[in-house]
Amino acid sequence: MARTEPVYVAGAYEHPTREAPDTSTMQLHAEVAAGALRDAGLPKDAVDGYCTAGVPEYSYAKTPLVMADYLGLDVAFADSTEFGGSSYLAHVGHAANAIRNGVCDVVLVTLAGRPRSRSQDTGTGVREMITVQDSFERIYGEMGVTNYAMAARRHMHEYGTTSEQLAAIREAASYHAQYNEHALYRDPVTVEDVLESRPIADPLHLLDCCVISDGGGAVVVVSEDVREELDRECVSVLGYGEAIGGTRAGRVDVTESAARLSGERAFADAGVSRDEIDYVSLYDSFTITVLMALEDLGFCEKGEGGSFVEGDTLKAPDGELPFNTDGGGLSSNHPGNRGGMTKIIEAVRQLRGEANDEVQVEDATLALAHGTGGRISTRHGCGTLILGREDR
Amino acid sequence: MTWEPRPVPDVTPETRRFWRAAAEGRLLLNDCPDCGLTYFHPRALCPDCFAEAEWIESDGTGEIYTYSVVHQISGWPEEHVPVIVAYVELDEGPRLLTNVVGAEPADVGIGDRVRVTFVETENPDVAVPVFEPVSSA
Ligand SMILES: [Zn+2]
Repeated sequence: MARTEPVYVAGAYEHPTREAPDTSTMQLHAEVAAGALRDAGLPKDAVDGYCTAGVPEYSYAKTPLVMADYLGLDVAFADSTEFGGSSYLAHVGHAANAIRNGVCDVVLVTLAGRPRSRSQDTGTGVREMITVQDSFERIYGEMGVTNYAMAARRHMHEYGTTSEQLAAIREAASYHAQYNEHALYRDPVTVEDVLESRPIADPLHLLDCCVISDGGGAVVVVSEDVREELDRECVSVLGYGEAIGGTRAGRVDVTESAARLSGERAFADAGVSRDEIDYVSLYDSFTITVLMALEDLGFCEKGEGGSFVEGDTLKAPDGELPFNTDGGGLSSNHPGNRGGMTKIIEAVRQLRGEANDEVQVEDATLALAHGTGGRISTRHGCGTLILGREDR
Repeated sequence: MTWEPRPVPDVTPETRRFWRAAAEGRLLLNDCPDCGLTYFHPRALCPDCFAEAEWIESDGTGEIYTYSVVHQISGWPEEHVPVIVAYVELDEGPRLLTNVVGAEPADVGIGDRVRVTFVETENPDVAVPVFEPVSSA
């Protein structure tokens, strides 16, 4: 691709809250927007592009319009690509293209949500029939966790993957979370703890599932012209790829996600190889989501994810491929049931050398942030970003 | 027993024939006269080539492709939990999402042969297809 103009993430901010009963979701959007602009050192009126998705508490409304109006933004570029939790990776990718095309210079991307304050419990779903597919799926009690559980079951059947191997992913995430003062759960958990936690959708246990948290986050994507005026260390957006997975009219393969294609596209766009990646933020709605992403993104062969994650592979700072050093969605934060934004933010922290000391990867130069939104086994959207240290 | 209080399908002009056939004890699939794809869920135009599809009747037999035993579903009647949510691969090819009924969760496995059966709803024109194990006897 002939897109050479550099584009940067200049600001990143994760809201410290994990439970916010006395505020509104819109207020959280504003707070994270202000935080990301403050981090970048940019004034609010510099923003000329805006992206968000979901805003599920306002689903009757037009997502970008209500939020742009609430935030008081006047923009030349807007995007509300809705991939579920991975939407924000898509937004950064799309923002980078808009900037390269000269449409805008400063794109704000925000996420916020409050499912914890709304008393959503792990493994609960929605009964509404909204899409045609719902009438053929939700009537059976199908939910997000069900679909990931069915993927895990088939993966175990085809490749011999075990519950212990999936639990090792949670163990590594919780090991990182102990160093994150804002993490919802800071106590390290063992493989045995995961296996002994109550079944939600067999073979997935409670501790195979991400947390339910309120909160949000934001990033600011800027052009080269804007970056030159900033004092803040920025992170280069080197490559992006996306792909949509579905049921394929009855030919679904639940053991593979759209990450295979989004990853191929991102690596081709960035022109780097897998073994150059120092740190990965991997979408972790469930432990199986991480395992399949490792395979589909090409960090190991299909079917070898189980053995790959055993031991300390994923543990920072010395593991072969440190992941989710903030504790991820599994232990720290999954704001609004959407983990994509925090994946980008922790990758930015690693490349700036601003992760928590105990889990900072030494000389982190290249990072990958990946989102799997929606539901594997049915419809899902994957976005993969490859980010680099500014001085690389 | 009727399906309610579990959620019922939203019947549309595109899917009415499928649900009515189910109420008569028949499982319908779509078949494309142009490219030959047999597919599920129902939709008017073939998702591979956009030709107008035809309806065919499935034999209603297949095997479990994957499944999960679900222990908690909000709003689900307690006597219907745990639920076995599964993808069944029909002998005609398509994999469809469904429930496996009439089996203990511990006795269910990938590859098990199953056959369709239908649960009535309060709407006489709608029944819900589910699958039960084919006894080896
Ligand atoms: Zn066709």
